[in-house]
Amino acid sequence: MSARRPLPRWADILLLPAINLAMAFLISGLVVLMIGENPLYAVQVILYGAFGYGDGVGYTLYYATNFIFTGLAFAIAAHAGLFNIGGNGQAYVAGLGAILVALALDQTHWLITMPLAMIAAGVFGGIWGLIPGYLQAKRGSHVVITTIMFNFIAAALMVYMLNRVLKAPNTMAPESETLDIGGRVPQLREFIPFFGYSPVNLTIVVAIAFLVGAYILIWRTKLGYQLRTLGHNPVASRYAGMSNSKLIMIAMTLSGACAGMVAINEVLGVQNRLVLDFVADAGFVGIAVALIGRNHPIGIGLAAVLFGALYQGGQELQFVIPAVTREMIEVIQALIILFTGAMEGLFRPALERGFVLMSVEQKAEATARATVDSES
Amino acid sequence: MDIDLILSMANATLRLATPLLLAALAGLYSERSGIFDIGLEGKMLASAFAAATVAAVTGNVWLGLLVGVIVSILTTMLQGFASITLKGNQMIAGVAVTMLAAGMTTFLGQTWFSQGGRTPQLRGDSRLQQIDLPFADQLAGVPILGPIYSEVLSGHYILVYVAFLAVPLTAYVLYRTRFGLRLRAVGENPKAVDTAGISVTMQRYQAIFITGILAGLSGAYFSIAQGAGFGNEMTAGKGYVALAALIFSKWRPVPVMFTCLLFGFLDALQIRMQNVDLPIVGQVPVQAVQALPYILTVVLLAGFIGKAVGPRAGGVPYVKER
Repeated sequence: MSARRPLPRWADILLLPAINLAMAFLISGLVVLMIGENPLYAVQVILYGAFGYGDGVGYTLYYATNFIFTGLAFAIAAHAGLFNIGGNGQAYVAGLGAILVALALDQTHWLITMPLAMIAAGVFGGIWGLIPGYLQAKRGSHVVITTIMFNFIAAALMVYMLNRVLKAPNTMAPESETLDIGGRVPQLREFIPFFGYSPVNLTIVVAIAFLVGAYILIWRTKLGYQLRTLGHNPVASRYAGMSNSKLIMIAMTLSGACAGMVAINEVLGVQNRLVLDFVADAGFVGIAVALIGRNHPIGIGLAAVLFGALYQGGQELQFVIPAVTREMIEVIQALIILFTGAMEGLFRPALERGFVLMSVEQKAEATARATVDSES
Repeated sequence: MDIDLILSMANATLRLATPLLLAALAGLYSERSGIFDIGLEGKMLASAFAAATVAAVTGNVWLGLLVGVIVSILTTMLQGFASITLKGNQMIAGVAVTMLAAGMTTFLGQTWFSQGGRTPQLRGDSRLQQIDLPFADQLAGVPILGPIYSEVLSGHYILVYVAFLAVPLTAYVLYRTRFGLRLRAVGENPKAVDTAGISVTMQRYQAIFITGILAGLSGAYFSIAQGAGFGNEMTAGKGYVALAALIFSKWRPVPVMFTCLLFGFLDALQIRMQNVDLPIVGQVPVQAVQALPYILTVVLLAGFIGKAVGPRAGGVPYVKER
């Protein structure tokens, strides 16, 4: 028996995710086929809806902006070995910080409002991540369970805030007052008419900066090294003199702050006010994005665009083929999470065996054995 | 407070605690065997949809219930295949299953019935009937016990009684049978069980099979008993409340029942308290009561009131050897 060998790097980061992705799409295609529609036509509609014209591209990028933030949030925690399922709650609560600053400063200029709102959103989201982090680090409560609970607590808190505290006086709907121009992030369409009426805004630049920043943080700083050490082996990091509990809290805070940037895109960039449930499960999409993107900023960027395209194309889909509603996108997303996240073990062993068989040393070994066999 | 209010609150508590109890017991079997289950919500949704669909199409509620349970078992097996056989991440498997169920139910509901993801309204025999316990009317006149029997305990759906009977049954199975001993053992120390010549994999699959049945009953309760048909996301996070209840009761069957009754009571209270002014505190925000189960669970988990320590091997796939 030869020992299992790890896959070559390219197969690990490209081939395996591609196979898993293909499986998810294949099964989704079968579902579409099952209800009597043509899956290839559906793919065509999605692709055109997402990339075929300016508005579509703009919407794709707008969704992708959210998913970059939540994907990075999940990835930062994952590098430290933490499963942060609370991106939704963190982004939601961050909306509170964002709107408070934006409402206070919306008579000034967006160049003042946006950075300060980002800080506020980061602080609020960060705290919403820090508490579960603290509870994990100091009290040993499982971060997955706590973050799930915090999602629900956040939802209740925000409904309360929107109904009782922030509600605009002249409206029935549970939403805050609308921001004046000084509280709004400029839309890309103001500079690039190509984007039509789509809501993609300057926040996407922030998102790209965050991707670069995350790369530097994780692979080029001492803190990043410590976080990864913790993620790989908590005993080793402890032995090397790092404070695991401090690192857990830092990781969760950074993760929450990162998820909180969704609030900038949505509240200052698109809605111009705080509305109920503005996160729209972007936190959960972030899990899929990070899994597909292998927790690497480049992968996350690409996966975020993929999911942005699915979301935008999915909207289009339900106009063209009414039988295929946009929930189909949720199904695809779930299958992607299932195959790349939970059922990774489905294809990896076979792939590893395949590569071992193909490798040069193995051939040499096999030949040698064959020779010995024939001689004896 | 008048007596009628107390009785109706007690009745509502039982009604609202039932799906929580079934789901929490479902989670108990899974988690006690070492499989963390954050996919309860998904199984419940899948079952609620399947049960309502079959009941609407065939007009037979029992067939609906059966199919609901079967679909829940299949969903559980998918999750189990990922977390037991493939040794995948149990958390991710749970998230994926829940998302899959949420997407599929709405999608298929819309495609099949074209009512915005709802299934057709269930009437008559296509919906579970409330059962009057024997002599409920005759005994109503007996002081104290009479009203409790006839107004609180009597007149529920059969699943309510099933849920509460499942509690002593679960306690018996868990603590008094060989199966229960092995189930707890694979959750605490799978290596020891394996060494004793018992298959860890088989034991875990058996445990989650029961999880599938109970979660299926819980989900079906929403669509064919409490409600008359399936609606989008109709389990509304109750699977997670059940998870909270399970942790809150430290993975033990009888405390699970009391926790679910408490959470059910909070739910009933929350419905009753909307826009009610209380002395001193004034109007209590509904959201505060809604968030209470989650807050309590976080506080308990943090060890501020007692300590909740889960099964030791929970969340870790069992690898025989490397």
